[in-house]
Amino acid sequence: MRIISFLFTTAATVLLVYLLNRPLGDKVPMPVGNFLSPQTGFWQNAEDTAAGFNADLSFPQLKGKAEVYFDERLVPHVFAENDEDLYFVQGYLHAKFRLFQMDLQTKAAEGRVSEIAGAKAINYDREQRRLGMKFAAENSLHTMEKDPKARAVYTAYTAGVNAYIHSLKKSDLPLEYKILNFEPEEWTNLRTALLLKMMAKMLASGTEKDLAYSRLHQVFSTSQINLLYPQIPDSLKPIVPPGDAFAKPAITPVMPADADSAYFKEVPPVTAFEQYTPDRDNGSNNWVVAGSKTASSAPILANDPHLELSLPSIWYEMQLSTPQGNTYGATLPGSPFVIIGFNDSIAWGVTNAQRDVKDYYAIRFKDSLRNAYWFENRWKLAQQRIEAIKVKGGATVYDTVAYTVFGPVMYDESFRDTLTKQNGLAVKWTAHHTGDDGNTFYLLNRAKNYDDYVNAIQFFECPGQNFVFASKSGTIALWQQGRFPARWNNQGMYVMPGTDRRYDWQGDIPQVENPHALNPARGYLFSANQRPADGAYPYYIPGAYITPRASAIELYLRSMNHITAADMMKLQNNYFNIMARDMMPLLLSYTDTSLLTPGAKKYYDQVRSWDLFAGPLSIGQTIYQTWMDSLSTNVWQDELARAGFKVEMPAEETLMELLKKDSAAMGYVDNINTPEQETLQMQVTDALNKTAKMLAGIEKEGRAEWAKFKDVSVYHLLKEALLPFAHTGLNVGGWGNIINAVKKSHGPSWRMVVQLGTPTEAYGVYPGGQSGNPGSRFYDNAINTWATGNYYRLWMMNRSEQGDARVKWRMNFVK
Amino acid sequence: MKFFVSIVSISVLSYISGIYLPWWGIAVAGFVVAVLLQQKPALSFWSGFIGVFLLWLFLAWRINAANDGILAGRIGLLLGIGKSPLLLAVITGVIGGVVAGLGALSASYLHPRIKK
Repeated sequence: MRIISFLFTTAATVLLVYLLNRPLGDKVPMPVGNFLSPQTGFWQNAEDTAAGFNADLSFPQLKGKAEVYFDERLVPHVFAENDEDLYFVQGYLHAKFRLFQMDLQTKAAEGRVSEIAGAKAINYDREQRRLGMKFAAENSLHTMEKDPKARAVYTAYTAGVNAYIHSLKKSDLPLEYKILNFEPEEWTNLRTALLLKMMAKMLASGTEKDLAYSRLHQVFSTSQINLLYPQIPDSLKPIVPPGDAFAKPAITPVMPADADSAYFKEVPPVTAFEQYTPDRDNGSNNWVVAGSKTASSAPILANDPHLELSLPSIWYEMQLSTPQGNTYGATLPGSPFVIIGFNDSIAWGVTNAQRDVKDYYAIRFKDSLRNAYWFENRWKLAQQRIEAIKVKGGATVYDTVAYTVFGPVMYDESFRDTLTKQNGLAVKWTAHHTGDDGNTFYLLNRAKNYDDYVNAIQFFECPGQNFVFASKSGTIALWQQGRFPARWNNQGMYVMPGTDRRYDWQGDIPQVENPHALNPARGYLFSANQRPADGAYPYYIPGAYITPRASAIELYLRSMNHITAADMMKLQNNYFNIMARDMMPLLLSYTDTSLLTPGAKKYYDQVRSWDLFAGPLSIGQTIYQTWMDSLSTNVWQDELARAGFKVEMPAEETLMELLKKDSAAMGYVDNINTPEQETLQMQVTDALNKTAKMLAGIEKEGRAEWAKFKDVSVYHLLKEALLPFAHTGLNVGGWGNIINAVKKSHGPSWRMVVQLGTPTEAYGVYPGGQSGNPGSRFYDNAINTWATGNYYRLWMMNRSEQGDARVKWRMNFVK
Repeated sequence: MKFFVSIVSISVLSYISGIYLPWWGIAVAGFVVAVLLQQKPALSFWSGFIGVFLLWLFLAWRINAANDGILAGRIGLLLGIGKSPLLLAVITGVIGGVVAGLGALSASYLHPRIKK
């Protein structure tokens, strides 16, 4: 025996195994040995392209039996005998195909990313917790579990997710768990509530600019800010057809008597800011045309929600059937129900309301303990919630958040409020106190007519949505739905005094007074994140509205007749730049061609002959958009810089509308940093000269075509960390203010067109695939169909069609 | 002959351990076989290395072929070795081989020195 050699080599073996069994740092976060092992590691996630999805499964939680038929796109058609089994199977399938995404998104909602990503996510987690995301989810959960029927549905869904999680061996874990070296956590009803709060944050949290306005207010007056960020643009085409009368408001909020001094003049200096804000283009299109305008005389409904494009996609397509009815559409992994879709009688879709439902209140604490604050002339105790943030590879971070009558104190001395001692900013947000928003979808999935639809949507409180509706009986409707505070003029524009109740919201706008329209004479309705009503609506309803897309949709729908489903698909993919239609004449007429550089002159001639369509190959669109951006900077940047921080520039349509009325734009055109007086002609010409310099470089690199310039990409949820899992360089045109709203990696996350004739004709597509597994052929198989503007025919399968050639695999669920 | 039997035994034992044990069962497989079948240290190492190298290479290659290289291409890019499933399969084999080889080498020192 050679003891030394033995000990030495054994130690070397153990050391090597040890090193290969743990993460090697940020670049290689996976234990390499396990990851490479063909029997346990990533190879196990490389799906056999010929493999099927047939299975016979047995779960004691089921009440009866259920069958799932997968079609050639891996869309499951679920047939269950009762609701609970239906949602059990939906939970199981969501988990089977999208577990990592559900797990990650709800952990992110709760402020637990540091557990996976380490110390770099602590600020994100603190912000989520200080916004009260979990607090909000707990409040919703309370209502969700109070009603026995709702409780049964959510519990069945949760049981389905967990049934899948428990069936997993380590070698079966989704790929991302193997890369990041962690394991999935059990699902709970709270996590479903958290997912819906994540949607609320995405859609109803970035719709206010209160902190930015408060800072701007140090430099600008309220009327100036209202001019720069107007609420009712001239080009507005609202949801409610202009001319429709509004009911007398049931509630008239009253401005506190001292508002002029205590609110409009003495806005406290604010240094706080939200770091992880949702994309301001999280918007959508939906519209519906009545039978009077269609070739088939059946109504047609269209919807395309614009969200961050990701792999796996936010949506998962499904058919959910019981003997009581069939529903088909886009589901949200992490939640039961179909969110956007159709059933045997109706179709519905959603766009974001963009309404401001979040305000801030200045809180004065008694001392740095932050457990009492001045309210109604006395020190009121603040509840404190201690947040423990676990950090991968580090010590747990504790954060104490004070809760006031308004809501959690999001910013204080310990978090991004560097100016004030013993003060804080409490956030009040409708999402903190909602009931069972999901109930709306449970009911919509089963709705048979307009009354059922109106009954269903009333449960939806946050995020405010525009629910578009059509029925086989020919009714079309569009309601803006949500719980919206009734505000006095300019209430909540800035941080409000938080020392008493007078500045609190005085009530909600009654649900029946929400802007809506039913069967209009013109035969069509649409929403595209624009303001829902014109100035005749009797409430002050601030929001982050987007105007141009609605104007473009109206332009087309007004003139179209004998409409077919194919026409509506074409419209969803339309590239007309309505903003440029109004702006180009101004740009061209204010260019002093004698002062253009030779390079700029070339682009000037080129853009002059542009057809105003932002197609993927368009160079005119690239010139226009960069010129416009450059002009916006020339006009606004000098004034906005006075605020001393980065602030979002006024919208393009604001500049356009201002310039149409006044070529000096009330003095903003002049550069205040120079002694001379700049004219619009000087600014427009200078903007093109600057743009030309940049564009010359772009053109040399061969990236002048719009799609190449934008570089459209769909990234994996973990973005740069998993860049090879992205789908890049897509040949798609469009922009945020164009109907086909594709930006760099943001845009139509699901396109659906439903013609409600007999039989129903439905089409849909989303940029992804049904499987979340990057090792599956169904991971990104639909992206090119989506990019080229094509659709799949959506198949509402009949139970008797089991033998249909489209059925590829079958999964049986028994007790 | 012993060399050949060792290789096959380590391969088979490693495959079985992969079903029940964590990935490092291959080191144990190499060790156990080298205890039972005495060889010179160098031969022990190479029987462990070749046994698992071939096993892992074969398994990876077979999975990759069925998968049309979809995933291995992506993982190759992720690990910075380029879109080459074959190279990734070879690296997989080498890492498995070294671990099993070291396991076998360790065990070979438990035997008295073989004299020729």
